[in-house]
Amino acid sequence: MRANLTLFQRLVPGARRAPTYDFPGGVHPAEHKSVSNQTPIAPGPRPAQLVLPLNMHLGAPARPIVTVGDRVLKGQMLAEPAGAVSAALHAPTSGTVVALGPRPIQHPSGMDALCIVLEPDGEDRWAERRPVADHTRLGPGKLIALLRDAGVAGLGGAGFPTSVKVNLGDHQRVEQLIINAVECEPYITADDRLMRERADEIVLGIQILQYLLNPHDTLIGIEDNKPDAIAALRAACADSDVEIRVVPTKYPSGGEKQLIQLLTGKEVPSGSIPAQCGVVCQNVGTAWAVKRAVHDGEPLLSRVTTVTGDAVARPGNYEVWLGTPVADLLRHAGVDKDRLGRLVMGGPMMGFTLHDPSVPVVKTSNCIIAASAEELPEPPPEQACIRCGACAEVCPANLLPQQLYWYAKTDDFERAQHHNLMDCIECGACAYVCPSHIPLVQYYRYAKGEIRTQTAEQIKADRARERFEARQARLEREQAEKEARRRARLEANRKKQEAATESGAGDEKLAALKKEVGQASSAYKAAVKAAKTAEAQEADNAAELRARADSLKAEADRAKAALRDAKATAPAPAAAPAESSALADLKKAVGEASSAYKAAVKAAKHAEAEETDDAAELRARADQLKAEADRLKAELRDAKAAQGPAAPPAAPAPSTQDSGTSPEKPADTPSVANTAVDEQAAGKRQKRLKGLKTAYNMAHKQYKEAHAAVERAERAGQDSDEALAAMHAKVEKLKAKADHCRDALDALVEQAKADILAHTGKDLKTLKLDAARAESALRDKADELERRRDTSDADTLETLNSELDALQEHAQLTRLALKTAVEEQGLVEE
Amino acid sequence: MSLINAPSPHTSRHTDTGAVMRQVVYATLPGLAALVWQFGLGSLLNVLWAVLVALVCEALFLRARGKPVAFYLKDWSAVVTAVLLGLALPPTAPWWLTLIGVGFAIVVAKQLYGGLGMNPFNPAMIGYVLLLISFPVAMTQWIAPGDAPAPADSLALFLGQAPADAFTGATPLDTFRTWAGDAEALAGRDILAGELAGPGWEAVNLAFLLGGLYLLARRIITWQIPVAFLAGLALPALIAHQVDAARFAGPLFHLFSGGAMLGAFFIATDPVSAATSRLGRFIYALLIGLLIWVIRTFGGYPDAVAFAVLLLNLSAPFIDYYTQPRAYGHRKANKGANP
Ligand code: SF4
Ligand code: SF4
Repeated sequence: MRANLTLFQRLVPGARRAPTYDFPGGVHPAEHKSVSNQTPIAPGPRPAQLVLPLNMHLGAPARPIVTVGDRVLKGQMLAEPAGAVSAALHAPTSGTVVALGPRPIQHPSGMDALCIVLEPDGEDRWAERRPVADHTRLGPGKLIALLRDAGVAGLGGAGFPTSVKVNLGDHQRVEQLIINAVECEPYITADDRLMRERADEIVLGIQILQYLLNPHDTLIGIEDNKPDAIAALRAACADSDVEIRVVPTKYPSGGEKQLIQLLTGKEVPSGSIPAQCGVVCQNVGTAWAVKRAVHDGEPLLSRVTTVTGDAVARPGNYEVWLGTPVADLLRHAGVDKDRLGRLVMGGPMMGFTLHDPSVPVVKTSNCIIAASAEELPEPPPEQACIRCGACAEVCPANLLPQQLYWYAKTDDFERAQHHNLMDCIECGACAYVCPSHIPLVQYYRYAKGEIRTQTAEQIKADRARERFEARQARLEREQAEKEARRRARLEANRKKQEAATESGAGDEKLAALKKEVGQASSAYKAAVKAAKTAEAQEADNAAELRARADSLKAEADRAKAALRDAKATAPAPAAAPAESSALADLKKAVGEASSAYKAAVKAAKHAEAEETDDAAELRARADQLKAEADRLKAELRDAKAAQGPAAPPAAPAPSTQDSGTSPEKPADTPSVANTAVDEQAAGKRQKRLKGLKTAYNMAHKQYKEAHAAVERAERAGQDSDEALAAMHAKVEKLKAKADHCRDALDALVEQAKADILAHTGKDLKTLKLDAARAESALRDKADELERRRDTSDADTLETLNSELDALQEHAQLTRLALKTAVEEQGLVEE
Repeated sequence: MSLINAPSPHTSRHTDTGAVMRQVVYATLPGLAALVWQFGLGSLLNVLWAVLVALVCEALFLRARGKPVAFYLKDWSAVVTAVLLGLALPPTAPWWLTLIGVGFAIVVAKQLYGGLGMNPFNPAMIGYVLLLISFPVAMTQWIAPGDAPAPADSLALFLGQAPADAFTGATPLDTFRTWAGDAEALAGRDILAGELAGPGWEAVNLAFLLGGLYLLARRIITWQIPVAFLAGLALPALIAHQVDAARFAGPLFHLFSGGAMLGAFFIATDPVSAATSRLGRFIYALLIGLLIWVIRTFGGYPDAVAFAVLLLNLSAPFIDYYTQPRAYGHRKANKGANP
């Protein structure tokens, strides 16, 4: 973006006209503004019924606080803001609420929306108003709440609640406050008239916005086709620091992003909002509504709407009560129903055609075009795109509309996105110039909708994949470590058997260790109990939990001490190295248990600090501790097994170790025979698996809920930064916990797999592969047989048949082997 | 009342593809006039006949493909293809030559690819190259400048009843190719007697330049393609000419002989088969110009617009791949057609 300085500015450096910039593309449609801007703003109709949609603004629909039959006064709140991004709704006049239900509104999908229907009593009696003469006395917080309760929302574009837009938080520095007075769409003159007639009020509103946002500069952007409005604003701004920047007439210079580029040269980075580059945009009409809400105590009850087009006799601008049915407004302006061919709400470039004139005027309805069929004729049929590039020449976002069209048409959303479809502002400039009359914007809307649905799913999938990959890497690492440890242990055992020494002392020691472990596990149980209690009673059980944790620590210490003892009394020097290495392993296990304990303590502390639902978390920790204790037990069993073949329950373990410690020894036929599996161990593992799975599921659910809560809070933007940070921390913690559980689970599965490897001489993957290969060989053979059935002689067919049989048998065997292996190890379902 | 239900925008610039194409046809008229003036009625007969053939072929094929014939004929694209090919053919071309070329261009190069907007190659140039390869003799004969046959002779030529070689002579491009390097021989021939690039051809090219400027003024085409095309042709010519004036013709000679201006303003600008973005189109046309100079200077054919354009049509997707514009709010332009 290059500053486009006039000669004057270059020659006179001090000239007080800031540089204006330009944006690419743009079009110059016929303006048709003089149709409606010749007369002052006139009062709107007094319809028999007002239909007030609860979702006039962007964000959550307001929540009704009146019921059918209530009599309400003008300005009385009918529905309160629900959630952070929301705005209130008020009675535009006094009357009776006669209905509360779905009514057709202006929506591209033609859907109905919940509306409050008000029957005016004709008295127009005001509720009590509370004007605030000096907004600075109120302070920003109360001022923002006032705007929210006054239902002020953007009157220019999407109807974003103003209270949210001006509530940026302290860390957000606003460099420019831009007041959008461009009104670049043809036909519309509502802002033009408003500025001519109420410039002073607008400037007061701007000052309130300045107070709230504290911008470095305040700029009003206005197109040079409104000289009267410019003059009025100039007069009103004479002694303020508001700067009026006149921009050349070009559509869509009133687009938020384009106006920012025009006035500041900045581009709002793709996918972010203007505030992120230090700019806040507000419509002039909104500034006016802000003034009314604050200084006059009048909530947003009406708006200035342009009624124009050659099917109305009295085109002009009307101050219309919100909720006024368009049909009433049209009648008021003298519509000729026979001439009416196309009814547009909004401007001709971006507005929507109305299918039903009973829809109400809402906060964002800046214009109604009642055009005859000659004025805005039926679009000619779509022709082939000749790639003339006219669309690309005018695209303000610098896209390639012809490519986007092509990709949207062929449902190639990936490429459409790669060509930045999501940066399209749907301004319609491309379709305006397209000589082939292609309704390009419609294609883009369609593609965007599809992409939004897809990306929502994609994000989910991506997260899952990332997690999966990270876990995979970790598992591989852990597997390698475990493998190394195992090998060390095997080595030790072998040496030990060679030494063939007495086992009495060892037995005793092991028994002692076992006891320790038992104690640790009972400590775990106590912790579970504590957690349960905490859950039941909520809050202040944290102290109790902490005590439990302390006792767990004592347990762990004792276990450690016992181990130390065992080491100290290690007998026969020949066995010493083996012994010590096995002990080292156990020691490590104990170390892990103690670190788990530490985590539990920490959790307890957090629970103290944060109160509430942390009990569940503590419980998960306890689960982990249980897993640790179990591990310890398993280690112990291994160690015992290593003591000699005499140890009964560990029978299968030595059998693998005896088979030459070479699991890669190929077994030509799948080994189904090896049934010497510790069924007890398998059952236990199955149980553990189940327990861990539940723990993980719970943790994951909690994490997800917390995450969603944070997202909601962030979107709402109500909570303080500290609160958000705390929530984030909590999410992180929960996530870590879930990950931990899952890892434990995975480790267990891996362990089971490793055991399969040990038992069958093949790992699970090989088994699976074998099965798959056998299946596909079988299929191929069957196919071949099928193909050659008619062409080959009996002999060949015979051979083929027998081959097929053999393959069938093989496939069955491999399948069986896989199944047995999986079942044996308690993996059950994969 | 039944209201129109239509997506935004609700208004348009009121141009249509047919109107755009018609403008292109109008813009060729000065060039056509110059051709007739210099080389007799042959070109006019070619063009009229080509248009007729094109419309018939297009209509037949549209009907065969089950499309509304009148609606598609209104886009005038077949007429443009026919006019451009008719202008490119030698004025001595007999009727059947045109028939084959135009028929092939419309049927194979356009309709079989799916009609307007779907053809990767410029149909007129496909037709031209087909003829050039199949009938090299008929396609490389041109009437000597200033030696325009009488209307009756042109008609006889068109009907295939007069031997073409009775009227033909070497074009300046041919002559230069034959005598390149021999400064004396070159000087002795009056091919360079014109102000810019030899008699006859410079008038034709000036006329096409005029038509091209009209298209630019009407914003039917943008400046990137013609400017880059001419620059790509003139720059290497300028450099080479500086090095060895006897072997290499100067830039003006290149710019105003053969099909340079027709190519730059009317043929390379065919949007369907060109690159997409502004930068892409610039590069695309620059390479066409360069290629023309290379083929004219070192290749076996006297002129090269058709080959160069087709080759670059082929490369257009590749150029697009690297020349996406930088979209609003993005720090860098995306590269490539795929994520
Ligand atoms: S303006 Fe229309 S016809 Fe031209 S390239 Fe764009 S989409 Fe295609
Ligand atoms: S509608 Fe989208 S693609 Fe078309 S000109 Fe506007 S921003 Fe560009």
